[in-house]
Amino acid sequence: MTVTMAQAINTALHDAMAEDAKVLVFGEDVGRLGGVFRVTDGLQAAFGEDRCYDTPLAESGIVGTAIGLAMYGYRPVAEMQFDGFTYPAFEQIVSHLAKMPNRSRGTVKLPVTLRIPYGGGIGAVEHHSESPEAYWAHTAGLKVMTPGVPADAYSMMREAIASDDPVVFLEPKRRYWMKADVELPVSTEPARQAVVRREGSDLTLICYGPMVRTALDAADAAADEGWSLQVLDLRSLSPLDTPTIIDAVQRTGRAIVVHEAAMTLGMGAEIAARIQERAFYHLEAPVLRVTGFDTPYPPAKLEEYWLPDVDRVLDAVERSLSY
Amino acid sequence: VTAHPSDPNTLLPPPEPVHLLDPDGTLHDDPDHPLGLDDDDLRLLYRFMAVTRKVDREAINLQRQGQLGVYASCLGQEAAQVGSAFALDDNDWIFPSYRELGAALVRDVDAAGFLHLYRGTWLSDHDPYAHNFALMSIPIGTQALHATGFAMGARFDRNPIVTMTYFGDGGTSEGDPHEAMTFAGVMQAPVIFFVQNNQYAISVPLEKQTAAPTLAHKAVGYGIPGRRCDGNDVLATYAVTRRAVERARRGEGPTFIEALTYRMEAHTTSDDPTRYRTQEELDEAAKTDPLARMRNLLTKRDLYDDELDREIEEQAQQTASEVRAGIYDAPHGDPMELFEHVYVDPTGHFEEQRELLRSELDADGASEVGR
Repeated sequence: MTVTMAQAINTALHDAMAEDAKVLVFGEDVGRLGGVFRVTDGLQAAFGEDRCYDTPLAESGIVGTAIGLAMYGYRPVAEMQFDGFTYPAFEQIVSHLAKMPNRSRGTVKLPVTLRIPYGGGIGAVEHHSESPEAYWAHTAGLKVMTPGVPADAYSMMREAIASDDPVVFLEPKRRYWMKADVELPVSTEPARQAVVRREGSDLTLICYGPMVRTALDAADAAADEGWSLQVLDLRSLSPLDTPTIIDAVQRTGRAIVVHEAAMTLGMGAEIAARIQERAFYHLEAPVLRVTGFDTPYPPAKLEEYWLPDVDRVLDAVERSLSY
Repeated sequence: VTAHPSDPNTLLPPPEPVHLLDPDGTLHDDPDHPLGLDDDDLRLLYRFMAVTRKVDREAINLQRQGQLGVYASCLGQEAAQVGSAFALDDNDWIFPSYRELGAALVRDVDAAGFLHLYRGTWLSDHDPYAHNFALMSIPIGTQALHATGFAMGARFDRNPIVTMTYFGDGGTSEGDPHEAMTFAGVMQAPVIFFVQNNQYAISVPLEKQTAAPTLAHKAVGYGIPGRRCDGNDVLATYAVTRRAVERARRGEGPTFIEALTYRMEAHTTSDDPTRYRTQEELDEAAKTDPLARMRNLLTKRDLYDDELDREIEEQAQQTASEVRAGIYDAPHGDPMELFEHVYVDPTGHFEEQRELLRSELDADGASEVGR
C-alpha cells in the first residue's frame, strides 16, 4: 500500500502502544489535534487521555516529566513540536536524559524516545527549520536516529521505542509527505546499520534524513552525465556505522557528505575525519562536504539558496571527480 | 475562563507559618495540623536529627582531610529534612537535590554510598529503587520535573503513592520547578514541592532572589496551595508535609511547602560565608536550633534522659564511623567502568575507545587498578 512517512510513524506509534501498555505519547498538541503534522492523529481516540495526552507548552517540562515517567517504568514517546523549540529542554536532555543511566551505574534505565520534526524546506517561519542533530550526536548516552524513507520511519520508530537507551528520533519534516509502497508493519535493517540506497562506482554520497531524497535525485541526474554515484543512508547518527561508511568509500575512492545542517563541526566533519583515519590510501580525492551555510537559517523566501540541492551536490561531485 | 476554578484564597499561604514547637520545648496544639505521633516517634525524630548532625560534621571533617572533594552541609536544616521525609510512607518517593543527607538517613540510604559523589569515586552509589530515593541532582531545581513525571506515572497507574522533591530558595528562580508546578497542577499529580528556604543561594540572600511576598505565594499561580512552616520545628515540618501527603494520596493534587530555615554552614566546603554574612546573624540563627528545641520537648515530657542521650550519641558516632570507614581511603573507581552503562549495546567505535584506555592502563602497569 502507499504510505507517507508521517503515516508510517503514526502507524508505528499506534502499533507500539497497542503492543505495550507502558508506551505513552505526549507533547504539545499531540492529543486532540493529532499533532501539528498529524503524526499522532487518532492515538488519543484509540488509547485514551492517560496514554496520549497534550502537555502544557513547556519543553523542559515535557522532557523532565518523561524522565520521571521512565523512572516509574513507562516508555515515554515525547514530542518536541519543532527542532527550534528543543533548546529550552537542552539541560534535561544533556544533564539528565543522557547521563542518568551512567551515573546510576545502570540501576536507572531511561527508555525515552524524543521525537523531533527537524530541518527546513517547507517555507516555515523562523525557528521552525533547524538541524540540531550534531548537539545530540555529540552527547554521550543518547542514540540519534533519522529515517530517510517511509519504511525506515516505521521500523526505526519501533526500534527506538523498544530501546532501553534514550533515543533522539529526528523526523525530516519536509519528507513527511514522501510516499512509498510499503506493507506495514515492516522490519528494515537495524537502525545502527547504514544502508546503501543506490549502488554506484565513481563516488559515494553519504547522507541521512531529508538529504537522502536529494542525494538520490542527484545520483539520477549524475547518471545523465555518465557518473555512477553510490548513495549511503546513515540512518543512525549516534552511533555511526563506521565500518559500512569505510567499506562504501573504499569501493569508490571518493566521498561527499551531504547534510542540511551548517558545515562547521557538523556530522560531515566527524565522518570526514573517520574516513581519512581509516581509508586514507583508498582516497582519490579529499572528502568534501555539501551542507547548509554557516549562517543562521534564513527566512523562508531565501531557504532555497541556503539548502543543499541537487545542483550543489553535482558541483561538488564534479570537483571531486576532477581532483 | 479559568482552568481550575478554585478559590485563590484557598491557595494562598496563611499569614503565619505553621509553628508548633517553641525553642524552649513548649508544644502548641494546632487543630489543622494534628500530629498523631507517639513517644517513640518523637524520640525517633530527634534521633534522626542527631545522627544527621553527626554524619554531616563527619563529612565536613572528611572534606578537610582531603577525603571528600567538596561537601554541601545541611547543618541547621535537620528539622526541615527529617520532619518532611518522616511524613512519607516507605512506598513514596523522594527526589533530592544535593543537600539532603537528613532525608537520605530517614530513608536508610547508606550514608557512605551517598557521599561517594562528593568523594569523586563515582557519581552515585545507591540503588534508587532500593530506597525510593532518587539520585542527587546538582543542576538546580531540575529534579522537580522528575518527581512530577514519576507522580504522573503513579496516577496513570492508579498507584496511590506520592512523590516529594526538595529544592531551595534559589531553586525557585529556575525555570524547571515552575514547569514542574505547571504540569503538576494541570495533571493533579501527587507531588509535594518541599522548599528549604535557608535564606541564601550561595551568597545571594532571599531579598535579591525574589520580589514575591513569600516563596509559597509562587505556587498560587499554578493552582497549587502554598504552605509555610517553621523549618526548624521538626513537628511543624512533619505535620504540614503529612497533611500534603494525605491530600495528594486522596487525589487532590500537589502542594508547595516553604520551610523557613537557615543554613548554618557554608554553601559548600568551598565557600567562605564570612564574605556575605555576619557572626551576629549566625548567633541569632543559632537560637532557633532545631535539635535543641526537640530535646527540650522530650525532656519536658520525661522522654529524654542520660541513658537515651548516651545511646543516641553512640548510634550517631557509630554511623559517622561507618561513613568514615566507607569513605576513608576508599579505592577510586575502576577506570574501565567509564564505559559501562552508557549504551545498552555499544558499537565498535565505542569499543575502540574502551580498548585504548585498557592499553593505556596496561602500559602504566596499572592492570590492578585502584589504590
